[in-house]
Amino acid sequence: MSEPLLAIRHLTKRFGGVTALEDVDLTVRRGEVLALAGDNGAGKSTLIKAIAGVHSRDEGEIHFKGTAVDFASPSAARAAGIETIYQDLALADNLDVGANVFLGRERFTRFLGLLPRLDRETMRQEAEKVLHQLEIDIEPKKLVQPVRNLSGGQRQAVAIGRAIYWKAELLIMDEPTAALGVPEQRKVMELIARLKAQGVAIIFISHNLGDIFAVSDRILVLRRGRNAGERRIDQTDGDEVVKMMVGG
Amino acid sequence: MATIAPHAPAERHPLLAFVAIAWSWLFLLILVLFFEIWARAQYGSTFLFNPYNLQSIALTASMPLLLAMGQTLVIIAGGIDLSVGFVMGLASVVMATTMQQLTGFHPGVSLLLGIAAALAVSIIPGLVSGTLIARLAIPAFIGTLGMYGVCRGVGFLTASGTTVPVNNPWLFQLGNAKLVGVPVPVIIALLVMLAMHWLLQESRFGRYTYAIGGNKAASIRAGIDVPKHTVLLYMLAGFCAGIAGVIYTARFSAGAAQGGEPLLLDSIAAVVIGGASLFGGSGTIIGTVIGALIIAVIQYGLVFIDVAPFWQFVAVGVVIIVSVLIDQSRERLTGGVRRDV
Repeated sequence: MSEPLLAIRHLTKRFGGVTALEDVDLTVRRGEVLALAGDNGAGKSTLIKAIAGVHSRDEGEIHFKGTAVDFASPSAARAAGIETIYQDLALADNLDVGANVFLGRERFTRFLGLLPRLDRETMRQEAEKVLHQLEIDIEPKKLVQPVRNLSGGQRQAVAIGRAIYWKAELLIMDEPTAALGVPEQRKVMELIARLKAQGVAIIFISHNLGDIFAVSDRILVLRRGRNAGERRIDQTDGDEVVKMMVGG
Repeated sequence: MATIAPHAPAERHPLLAFVAIAWSWLFLLILVLFFEIWARAQYGSTFLFNPYNLQSIALTASMPLLLAMGQTLVIIAGGIDLSVGFVMGLASVVMATTMQQLTGFHPGVSLLLGIAAALAVSIIPGLVSGTLIARLAIPAFIGTLGMYGVCRGVGFLTASGTTVPVNNPWLFQLGNAKLVGVPVPVIIALLVMLAMHWLLQESRFGRYTYAIGGNKAASIRAGIDVPKHTVLLYMLAGFCAGIAGVIYTARFSAGAAQGGEPLLLDSIAAVVIGGASLFGGSGTIIGTVIGALIIAVIQYGLVFIDVAPFWQFVAVGVVIIVSVLIDQSRERLTGGVRRDV
């Protein structure tokens, strides 16, 4: 087994008198999909926010790529290669695919060798390249339209494509299939499998056990802020997972 | 807008889709044709091919257009600036007062310092309202309404409640001279138009303006300094109003605190007629220019055909409402296709 890409040891996070996470351990390797499960309020969101630099921690260590890290902000985590994909916060609906992939990191060319101007053509081509690499099909005419004209699954794919383009090594996906139709859900699952094959590590929160069993390698269950159990996906079943989630 | 049906709406008739996208151009064309036909039938003369008419329309459009161009960027980013009319008046009064103080100087020096003072003061209200909106979460409507009052009061106080006359030949030339038949204020408005169009379409600043209007949370996540950008947008709107204030002072050789008051609503109307959504995320400088021209043609044309001037307000009001109705049905008519950026 290779060195874990992300290793969390004894993570504790308190909000005032409330302990949201207590002594949580988590590891994920390159090319591995880790499902994070748990009832509402079990601490899943707090845990991914602690990884993504949104929350500071009270105790414990986070190692990323073998070094201890302490991200002060989400952008610090992103710069290190940890990207969180949220359902609706990801894209500017009124901009096209290229503009979204390059948002905040635009490419420029020079008009008549003088005035800097947005290099739409390069940004579109680069976006197309990364989508192609992920085997995502978007009709060429839709590439230059606002992304509001894309389907929910395509928009999700664009957000993931952006993360991959900017060298994300760990993707955290919070309910990536919620609010999608069934065919679109399947496409997102296929995309997760391809990302895994390309060596990306994925932490994936879902309430849908079908999705979890379809793409995960391991499952980590949280209950009331603590590790309630961890299994290889081929050595467990739905009943056991539900038992770990609700206790008893 | 969050979830999109997997099937795009069926393609509509291409002609209908074209009308929905280009309606403001068509409307301007129809207006001009209407006045042209009227002029030929009633007066046996031409409306459009008379250079005097064209100059007057361009001149009528130039000041509201200057306000509207700054307003366009603010509205694209999801805000609104109600203060621009009185910012323009304040800039005008500050310019005239400064130049009055400098009567003994060379007219060119006095004019330059007057312009510098007007432009410097014009960015202050935007700095204040932008900071309130971006950092203290005051709604744009309230923050800029506050600055509307402040600028109005300070403008009249600076002018001691009256207009401030300036006697400066250079200033008069700036407001009333023509270069190859084009009035200087129109040339200034055209230059600002080119700069603003470039800023909005080709620069990072413009791209961020669209992004913030499209999805503020995503913009923050993408590393855009949204509060700073917001403050800059309101300062830019004020700066455009300051340029309008300079032109006002130059045209009338006087500063007036109330000079921009009637132009505020025209400026918002021009932006909306030009296709921007008050919910943010869409709009263009070219659209705003068309919107400002539509308003100017209505205003000038109705006087030209001898309709009581008060009908202008009615006509512009109707056009605003119709333009928003068309805008709302546009997505349906075009199958959701809309391309600003």
